Amino acid sequence: MKTPASALRYSPSQLNLLVLLRLAIGWHFLYEGIVKLWNPGWSAGSFLVDSKGLFSGLFQAMAANPGVLEVIDFLNVWGLILVGLGLMLGALTRWAAIGGIVLLGFYYLSHPALIGIQYAMPTEGSYLFINKNLIELLSLAVLYVFPTSHIIGLDRLLNRWFTRTDSGSAPAEQSPAQRRSQETNIAS
Amino acid sequence: MQDNRDKKGIARRDILKGLAALPVLGVFFASAGFKSAHDKRIRNSILQELDVKAAAPPPSGPMSGPPINIGIIGFGGRGEHLTRALGYATPQWIELIKNDTLAPPHDTRLKDYFEQENLNVRIAGICDVFDVRTEMGVAAGARNGHQAKAYRDYRAMLDDPDIEAVVIATPDHWHAPIAIAALQAGKHVYLEKCMTHKLGETYELYETAKNAQAIFQVGHQHRQTQSFLTAQDIIRKNVLGHISLIQTNTNRNDDVGAWQYDIHPDANPRTVDWQGFLGNAPSIPFDAEQLFRWRKYWAYGTGLSGDLLTHDYDRINCLLNMGIPSVVTASGGIYTHRDNREVPDVFQVVMEYPDFFMGSSQAEGKEKGMAFLYSASLGNQYDRGTLLMGHDATMQLGQALAVYADPVSTRYLPMIEEGIIQPDVPIYAYDPSAEGIDAVTGATAKYFANKGLMYTYRDGKRVDSTYLHLREWLSVIRNGGKVSAGIEEGFEEAISAHMATIAYRTGKRVEWDPVARRIKGFEDGALEAIGMA
Repeated sequence: MKTPASALRYSPSQLNLLVLLRLAIGWHFLYEGIVKLWNPGWSAGSFLVDSKGLFSGLFQAMAANPGVLEVIDFLNVWGLILVGLGLMLGALTRWAAIGGIVLLGFYYLSHPALIGIQYAMPTEGSYLFINKNLIELLSLAVLYVFPTSHIIGLDRLLNRWFTRTDSGSAPAEQSPAQRRSQETNIAS
Repeated sequence: MQDNRDKKGIARRDILKGLAALPVLGVFFASAGFKSAHDKRIRNSILQELDVKAAAPPPSGPMSGPPINIGIIGFGGRGEHLTRALGYATPQWIELIKNDTLAPPHDTRLKDYFEQENLNVRIAGICDVFDVRTEMGVAAGARNGHQAKAYRDYRAMLDDPDIEAVVIATPDHWHAPIAIAALQAGKHVYLEKCMTHKLGETYELYETAKNAQAIFQVGHQHRQTQSFLTAQDIIRKNVLGHISLIQTNTNRNDDVGAWQYDIHPDANPRTVDWQGFLGNAPSIPFDAEQLFRWRKYWAYGTGLSGDLLTHDYDRINCLLNMGIPSVVTASGGIYTHRDNREVPDVFQVVMEYPDFFMGSSQAEGKEKGMAFLYSASLGNQYDRGTLLMGHDATMQLGQALAVYADPVSTRYLPMIEEGIIQPDVPIYAYDPSAEGIDAVTGATAKYFANKGLMYTYRDGKRVDSTYLHLREWLSVIRNGGKVSAGIEEGFEEAISAHMATIAYRTGKRVEWDPVARRIKGFEDGALEAIGMA
């Protein structure tokens, strides 16, 4: 029988590292969003114009239309902020992970690290196919299948709240010892 | 064991673990806020020190009233662009842009053209020595039942009382004769650079324009470029300290950039008024190469000096008002286009200004004097950029501009030591296009765009700087005021360029006498021998 993700059990170090990874990616998303929000002159335009690869025409067309660009700038800034908050707070975390994967997917596809492609904007490292956007995307995919927010995060409270409201009864009572066991035993 | 569970089954433990990330979020906002405040404090202390204002463009007045009837004299590539900037594109240009498969995907040329403000002018006449071009101009000028008249001889156009103003975009050797005749006929004049072709006519045009009632503007459209207006404020505030060297360049590497233009297949002695083209140039039989590629020959053009140095000279002159240099030396040769051209394609000019001084951060009397360096190659298009090099800072000047503090600047050293200023990070950067995306087609177009010669920005929106420059001229005609590139600026530009040409062609230093307002040390014969008298 398939085990629901929320029933996964982690060792303390597994749990701690997964939560740390979630916080770090959340921090990064939130700061990227906040910086853009605080800088009124910011626009994705120059990034999109520099697009290369298979989908470059699409991304450059986005930059060319001021109306579309305005919508993209808005969605990008608030997407980054909401994904960041979701991951950090552990609220609707799996949706936040999906949102983050979509955003990073766009960044990767607009600037793929392919052979023979040079970008006007300098990069701080050396990449072949795999770049930091893709690694962050894959990390979010890991966080999607190994969720932690039902243990540490607002989702824990939301789950309790909605479970109680929906079923009209509290979850089965567990002793602290039982809970500890659930949280720290790895799924067999 | 009874847990501290409330009615909804949420225990204190759930709350603690549910809100465990809140302190991290607190740290996040505290540190993000601290970083932002730190960056702002540094930015503000630098801005306060510099006190530079990103300038608003100078206002030019309304285009209301009866339409102004304009005659276009010279409907080649530049004449066509000027006519389009007046709101009259040729049908061929519109078709070309519509079907330009090589244009970048975000090409807005057509949209920009159709959205451009109506300047309330009529193209009343087109004058060109090549019938095909005249017909194109007439087609461009036809609108609302109004038809532009065609002229082969500019004198007939100037005799026409309906023509109020003329735009002159002929080869250089025709600039002064036509402009002088037009001003004497009471027509307003917009004249392309280089303002003149020879020394004597430069003095004559100066006197004519000074005494004319009509409005005279030279086609230095970059005076409308917004980053230059900001640069003017940077110079006024002496942000750079004493400027000792200015470096300007031309770098192109394509046939169009080297004036190797297409020769029209229909050009022949029947369709071209060849004597009308030659004018005061030596008489030779019809030669389509010389007609279409006139910029390569001294009899009609002014070479890199008049064609491109003038842009760079005037870009700097509008910032520094340094005027005519005391001494000019020049060298170069034909090193990349050995196609029987006469004008050099690699060219170096040094203009000396021993008395130049606009202020200093050092002891009085320590600094004085400046050199203006122009270096050109038509065999390489690496953009070397325009640099104004002062004791305290260096300004990179183009469509955008950036100012870098010098690591040993007297003025900024305390701020460098405090870590407020980093010499490798601009202390001032200004990009008027920050809110827009550019599409520039072709290498030569990009060269011009980077110099602010093709377009500039108003409220973050891209506009053709030629249109703004024409608009300023029309506004002064309609509403009074002063043009930004009048006869004084044109005189300084033309004399400085001619000094460079004479230096190159004679191999001698060329000196200027500021009192007599004449070039020193050359007999008329020496200048006549090179067609520059």
